[in-house]
Amino acid sequence: MKLAFQIALRFLTSNKSQAFLITLGIAIGISVQIFIGSLIDGLQVSLVDSTIGSVSQITIESSERNEPLDNYQEIETIIGKNYEEVTAFSPTLTQGGFMLFDQNFDQMLYRGFDINKANVIYKFADAILPGGAMPREGEVLIGQTLANNNDVSVGDTITLISAERDTLEVKVAGLIDLKVASLNELWIVGDMKIAQKVFIYDEGNATAIEMQVEEPFDADILTDRMTEDLKSYPISIANWKTANEQLLSGLSGQTTSSLMIQIFVVISVVLGIASVLAITVLQKSRQIGILKAMGIKDKTSSYIFLFQGFILGILGGILGIILGIGLLFAFSTFALNPDGTPIVPIVLNPGFIALSGMIAVLASTIASIIPAQKSKKVSPIEVIRNG
Amino acid sequence: MDSIIKLNNINKEYGTTVKTKVLFDLNLDITEGSFNGIIGQSGSGKSTLLNIIGTLDKPTTGEVFINGKRTDQMTNNQLAILRNETIGFIFQFHYLLPEFTAFENVMMPYYIQQNQFDKGAEKRAHELMDLVGLSKVKSNLAGNMSGGQQQRTAIARSLINSPKVILADEPTGNLDSNTSDTVYELLRDINKKLETTFIVITHDRRIAEKTDRIIEVRDGRIYSDFSRI
Repeated sequence: MKLAFQIALRFLTSNKSQAFLITLGIAIGISVQIFIGSLIDGLQVSLVDSTIGSVSQITIESSERNEPLDNYQEIETIIGKNYEEVTAFSPTLTQGGFMLFDQNFDQMLYRGFDINKANVIYKFADAILPGGAMPREGEVLIGQTLANNNDVSVGDTITLISAERDTLEVKVAGLIDLKVASLNELWIVGDMKIAQKVFIYDEGNATAIEMQVEEPFDADILTDRMTEDLKSYPISIANWKTANEQLLSGLSGQTTSSLMIQIFVVISVVLGIASVLAITVLQKSRQIGILKAMGIKDKTSSYIFLFQGFILGILGGILGIILGIGLLFAFSTFALNPDGTPIVPIVLNPGFIALSGMIAVLASTIASIIPAQKSKKVSPIEVIRNG
Repeated sequence: MDSIIKLNNINKEYGTTVKTKVLFDLNLDITEGSFNGIIGQSGSGKSTLLNIIGTLDKPTTGEVFINGKRTDQMTNNQLAILRNETIGFIFQFHYLLPEFTAFENVMMPYYIQQNQFDKGAEKRAHELMDLVGLSKVKSNLAGNMSGGQQQRTAIARSLINSPKVILADEPTGNLDSNTSDTVYELLRDINKKLETTFIVITHDRRIAEKTDRIIEVRDGRIYSDFSRI
């Protein structure tokens, strides 16, 4: 083994330009694989983040229409204890109603939260426009469009009116831009206590519990588990996947096409290396014949070519990773949106990059099996007789 | 003295559809420690004979014994070990590995035996290279030496594992007459000092006459066999 490795190394270093070209071939294949893989990964993450990153991924509601959940704290305790996967948990009291400011009267959706818990999901703090602040007691945030339509500004006091004509005056702590037109036109965000007062709910009532989870794509599995665990409560549990089938099929289509591209890149790398190494067996058949005349075994001679493939794979893998990261860096530096952010935020996944490196090594070692087998068949007498 | 090589009724045919017979019922005994010359015209079958003795080629029929072991039925692996430990080759075109230095080429049969680049036999390799007059070109790549130096490297290489038999196919075929004399003196010296058995193919009658035994091969048969000992 050791001798085969040492001879392989010498064969490679004795023809550096050829070794470099093969290495470059592998490296370009692997860098394209890393680039495409990471690009699609980044695209998916940003797509998933922008579509479901700031919404509830699993929502628990009462099984009875328009009825609140009575004891959401109990459910919170159960989920807090048994579901490490849940990263954000926020009860909400949400109810449609109206708002009055000056002579302006408009419809709105009041979203009552424990504002700090809800902030994890909806990122209100980031959505507040300059001049605003997070609401304190008796204060609310108001959607940008709703505010503009009714000439509301920060510091104004507006009146919330329920369908039953109960009213409450609240102060506007800030305007928010949630990047979704329908939310900006409708939402007023504040504490649950305000909702309890305007819409007459008991303490401990919530219209829904909203959650985010570690792996959004596992939301359906978690939903099934929760449905089982919480079956004694009169609730229904929904997740984002059932509501976004088109997005899901788009994402899985993207994943599949990215995988197909990567597979074909790897296949072309393998074929390229196999054909080049097959030629090197011809180039080196004289040396192999001499070595066999001196007593090297067929197996050892085949290892020489396996090691050549292995060494080229390692070099190509390392160079490919460097090139791939360079490409990603260039792409995220030069392909920018007008606001200076990258068009696609690149996600460097060390696991994926390591996998690509391993693919390079594995692919080129596998590609060297045929030449290795060929070298077994080289007969010393052919070389000696034919010069 | 015992015989170290024994050939019984060796026949060799080449080709599958059109068969060409090269050796005909050939019998040969080589005494241990002797220096033998094989002469014959080109195409007479002497190189085929040497390749069969060296286990590089197999006879179509017949038995080959080297050091008491029958070789014509051995597997490739067994043959590889036998060649490595028992036989040293010196070819007309020396067949050095161009990727390696003269020194590494000399060490190669030892490396093969140890299965790695081992420093164990370095002293011996230096001695052998000094013996064949290669002290100054030890670290030259095989391709960067003159024909004579390459041939002497091949000689040193054939000796590194202290084989019992050295097979040489026109070792001085492409050397000038002065250098060939020196090379022959060298082989003769080694034969005397180390008691290595030599079988040397040569065209040069002048050199053949210096051997212990001259075997002439003609049309695939031993035509004459003349021994001085």
